[in-house]
Amino acid sequence: MKQAELLIIGGGPAGLCAAISAASSGASVLVAERNKNLGGQLVKQTHMFFGSEKQYASTRGIDITGILLHELNKYKENVEIMTDTTIVGMFEDGVVTALHKEDNYFKIKPNAVVVATGAFEKALAFPNNDLPGIYGAGAVQTLMNVYGVKPGNKVLMVGAGNIGLIVSYQLMQAGVQVVAILDAAPKIGGYLVHASKIRRMGVPILTSHTVKKAIGKEFLEKAIVCQVDDKFNQVEGTEMEFDVDVMCISVGLTPLNELLSMRGCQMKYVPQLSGMVPLRNDNYETSIENVFAAGDTTGVEEASAAMVEGYLAGLCAAAKIGHMTDDFEERKNDYVKQLESLRSGPVGKHILSGIEQIVIKGEQYV
Amino acid sequence: MFEKTGIPSEEMIMGKFPPIERINKGPVAVVECYKEIPCNPCETACRFNAITIGEDINNIPVLSKDNCTGCAICLSKCPGLAIMVIDGSKSDTTVQVKLPYEFLPLPTAGEIVKGLDREGRNLADVKVIQVQNPKSFDRTPVVTIEADRSIMYKIRNIRTEAK
Repeated sequence: MKQAELLIIGGGPAGLCAAISAASSGASVLVAERNKNLGGQLVKQTHMFFGSEKQYASTRGIDITGILLHELNKYKENVEIMTDTTIVGMFEDGVVTALHKEDNYFKIKPNAVVVATGAFEKALAFPNNDLPGIYGAGAVQTLMNVYGVKPGNKVLMVGAGNIGLIVSYQLMQAGVQVVAILDAAPKIGGYLVHASKIRRMGVPILTSHTVKKAIGKEFLEKAIVCQVDDKFNQVEGTEMEFDVDVMCISVGLTPLNELLSMRGCQMKYVPQLSGMVPLRNDNYETSIENVFAAGDTTGVEEASAAMVEGYLAGLCAAAKIGHMTDDFEERKNDYVKQLESLRSGPVGKHILSGIEQIVIKGEQYV
Repeated sequence: MFEKTGIPSEEMIMGKFPPIERINKGPVAVVECYKEIPCNPCETACRFNAITIGEDINNIPVLSKDNCTGCAICLSKCPGLAIMVIDGSKSDTTVQVKLPYEFLPLPTAGEIVKGLDREGRNLADVKVIQVQNPKSFDRTPVVTIEADRSIMYKIRNIRTEAK
């Protein structure tokens, strides 16, 4: 059984920031990351981030991993990183089971855990949606920006949220034609500055449209799309045909929460946070003592918010297990202010109305 | 409509342009940020206090046309590539426009490229005056083009052809 003071599950933006925060407080930290590399989704985000200076605004996502690892390296005596390590179970007695590579199972007994497992992509149901050439946006971004492989030549983007808009732009940067971006919603979901910069490249954005079906024998050859009415029902006679070899599905993410559920954390379905999320207190501690959560697993948002949540959860988790720093209140207030600031606009209002439903105040979880 | 198409209306666009007298005096930024999002690098980047967002980073940036020197630092810092610089001081018939351009091939000075509007439609052939791509711009090159005054409020993008 491996002993650990604080186990952080996930080495993406939230997990890395939790590790920095906890290690800088003096806690011994073990970071378990299932991929070969740290950084999570940051490694494919070639665009500049929004937010303010404290959340690395205007810096490209691909460069933020390096900044975070450099910071983490300052506390390397306190930090152990295990890549290629998937956490497969969290049990009542506090034991966590892990799988390193393909055959090395082992147990970990941490004093506290920060779950920062992120989110996964939602799918879209339509006839022939399993044809080769129909990808999730994450896969397209990985192929293109991590491995330098073009996913195809002509793309129909399905989803006009920030990911759909950004991946469309990056496809064009890679020399791939994007024929259109559609979204079933009546309005563009992503930031309009992103929408405008794609629109001025000549790509139409079709709101209130969905995919009717995909056509192809061995692989995708055509996409049939149509309008939807205000109840999202397909409107007969509005079909359009696009000759494309790629359809990129970008219809949102949902929190990756199996470990929290398995551990017995109280969970709630909150649409504004995009799925099942753990109830938590202001310190990001769940209904199970010493089990903390941060980032998209507590509700899908931008990576800038995930990083601040990570810093906050790491700080509080470290304090909870005996590493209360002199500047704890000051740092906590700073993170709380940053989150308030990120969430004070129209998009943030929606998120906040979700968070209200999961934050438990009072003694119960403190 | 803007929220359905990503295309700002003429009224919205004109609301962001400084008055023509200011444009004719020398380079000045046009900050086409129309919707509140949590973001303030333009304010942080400006050394002349010409862009104000304030405490709430969701506020829409406000440009001071008097403080702005048209230095174009903000162009490469805006994650939404929403800022351009326009300069009407060089000629009575044309304006010079600086645009962020993150595509290959990058044009070179003297080259003729397609000038596009906010829908990506071809407006006119325009001449490239300068291409800036220093390390400090962090892979967001800034291209200066010369365009006829008749399209000064319409031009917002360029297209280069692979050689």
